[in-house]
Amino acid sequence: MLEVKSVSKSFGATKALDQVSLDIAPEQTTVLIGPSGCGKSTLLRIMMGLLASDSGEVRFLGAAVTPQTAQPLRPKMGYVIQDGGLFPHLTAAANVSLTARYLGWEKPRIRERLEELSSLTRFPMDGLDRYPVQLSGGQRQRVSLMRSLMLDPKVLLLDEPLGALDPMIRHELQRDLRNIFRTLAKTVVMVTHDMCEASYLGQQLVLMREGRIVQIGTSVQLMNQPVERFVADFVNAQKSPLGDQEVAA
Amino acid sequence: MNRIAAIGLVAIAGVGIAASLSSPPHAAEIRVGSKAFTESVTLGEIFTGLLGDSGLKTEHRRELGGTRLLWDALLAGEIDMYPEYTGTITHEILAQAQSYSDDEIRKKLAQRGVGMSRSLGFNNTYAIGVSAELARRLGLEKISDLAAHPSLRLGFSNEFMDRADGWPSLCRVYHLPQTNVRGLDHDLAYRALASGGIDATDLYSTDAEIRYYHLKVLRDDLNHFPRYDAVMLYRLDLEPRFPRAIEVMRRLEGKISTPAMIDMNAAVKLNKQPESQVAARFLQESLGIHSDASNETSAKRVWRLTAEHLSLVGISMAAAIVLSVPLGILAARHAVAGQTILGITGIFQTIPSLALLVFMIPLLGIGTLPAIAALFLYSLLPIVRNTYTGLRDIAPSVRESAVAIGLPRGARLYLVELPIASRSILAGIKTSTVINVGTATLGALIGAGGYGQAILTGIRLDDMGLILQGAVPSALMALAAQGFFEIADRVLIPKGLRLKGEMP
Repeated sequence: MLEVKSVSKSFGATKALDQVSLDIAPEQTTVLIGPSGCGKSTLLRIMMGLLASDSGEVRFLGAAVTPQTAQPLRPKMGYVIQDGGLFPHLTAAANVSLTARYLGWEKPRIRERLEELSSLTRFPMDGLDRYPVQLSGGQRQRVSLMRSLMLDPKVLLLDEPLGALDPMIRHELQRDLRNIFRTLAKTVVMVTHDMCEASYLGQQLVLMREGRIVQIGTSVQLMNQPVERFVADFVNAQKSPLGDQEVAA
Repeated sequence: MNRIAAIGLVAIAGVGIAASLSSPPHAAEIRVGSKAFTESVTLGEIFTGLLGDSGLKTEHRRELGGTRLLWDALLAGEIDMYPEYTGTITHEILAQAQSYSDDEIRKKLAQRGVGMSRSLGFNNTYAIGVSAELARRLGLEKISDLAAHPSLRLGFSNEFMDRADGWPSLCRVYHLPQTNVRGLDHDLAYRALASGGIDATDLYSTDAEIRYYHLKVLRDDLNHFPRYDAVMLYRLDLEPRFPRAIEVMRRLEGKISTPAMIDMNAAVKLNKQPESQVAARFLQESLGIHSDASNETSAKRVWRLTAEHLSLVGISMAAAIVLSVPLGILAARHAVAGQTILGITGIFQTIPSLALLVFMIPLLGIGTLPAIAALFLYSLLPIVRNTYTGLRDIAPSVRESAVAIGLPRGARLYLVELPIASRSILAGIKTSTVINVGTATLGALIGAGGYGQAILTGIRLDDMGLILQGAVPSALMALAAQGFFEIADRVLIPKGLRLKGEMP
């Protein structure tokens, strides 16, 4: 469904991605993980067609994805960014339905979809008329998630969606996200640097380092069969009592 | 990028060309111009009245500015004639150091398509004045008499101190021994002379103050000062268009004596009589001509000036907004075009307003049109810059989200980027408008009317009431514009951007 074929990308002299190839499994959650600067966000943005690669290609449903060609594909791709990227001049409802309104959806159809999404993301209906400045960080991410799901995309890409939240809210949202991913059975690609979050949400983990993929596997595989020292170090460095419990659960 | 920069320039030039096409160089009436000082305005009124009395259609484009402006306007056909001085023609217009005879001047002017009348009868040159009382006491009649009194204190206008034909050469030619010589403001010099602070000063031979302060004008017995005979300059194509005009105008040659001109200047400056009345009285007394000196009431004048000012500001701002916002969008989208656009609009801002108005004359003539064009150019930068900044300041995550949710480029601009930048864009328009209302007062210098007309006349006549009739409404209009945009902010800036974070 979504394939990355030997993609490279440099920013000046820095090589952000070096010959990365990856097949995203359909209807599963794939998590791109690694230390900061490993190229995971760059990879996600190239997959979304927000950034052009220097070489290699991304194909989605058989079509090449580049900033020039991605436009018609975007209704089938949902995207959530770390700080939400909500439009400050629009209410939550207007943020979520902007593209639908642009595409000429009827009002009742929009209303119905908004109700579905707010119950799915556990966002209060009365919050839909609020503006982004009137929402908490967690609520904003729920709105951002609703916005990405509005057109019922085939694939959902999330770039550190919980990165800016405090731990309590983050934990609550992790749980909700897992439920949503499992309920919708969508193809999900998510970027995080948090090993616990990755193992809790992801069925397939892609560990990256300095622009290359080091290992692909489940969290258990990464823990028990690290292909190199770095994998073990990365996994152990982030081990915490909470992480252990969650992985065990 | 060149293409983009070119579009901006073509648009600006287009406004200019379209405007110039709509103004024919020769109108159906004779247009008399005058400079922005009392004597010139009064002479303008006299000739307008005289030509009008002969059944010719005339218009007086009064108090337009300085020599360069009037001369350019004459060459451009924006005016058909205006009063000038032979010394000014030689030294400023023809830029000659030596003096020319009238015939030589005529020959030079004819090459430029301009004719010159004979002297109107007075020579308004520099002169040296002392109080009548001192003149009597020391027996002063001519400038060379000053040489015998080295202790006299001299106070000259700053301009006179610096001019080549001013104090430095006067002192040399007459061997003047005085050492107590100061430069000071022209108006202050009169007062200093009256209060005994100085003993002699420079003045113009027809200054109203000569009468008011009872001054004695010393004769220039060595012919040091160049002649500044008052004459009329006119376009040579006036004759074929209005065959009688020249002949009628000539009736005043040699008719205005120095004392008569001093009287008229004093009547306007000191007795606050309108120039039109003073001119009408002169025409009646010297030529037996009755002309109507129409007089506007203060309220009517303020109303007319308001309408003129509003149209200057309204039209120039509307055009500026229509062009600047797209230019700002262009600048925000393309880095190179952005620098070009901001650079060019920035340059307009650095041109002194008076200079810009003068540049406009060959293109657009004088009057409302060039003033609007100049105001338009001045109003671009704040709007372009704020549109640019407003768009550039949008958070990258917001900009990227708009792409990611699948909106095409145009929709992103209208649905996301412009609404978010609206506060900044409106702030730019607000700044531009307030500056525009103030700058529009300078339009009066090239005959565009507006509140500047009252201010200009008020300064010339030293009439504070008249100055306030222009300055106060102009300030009120700026405040009103400010208020209008405060309301516009509420309507046009989306509510989500006006809220402070009010967490539930």
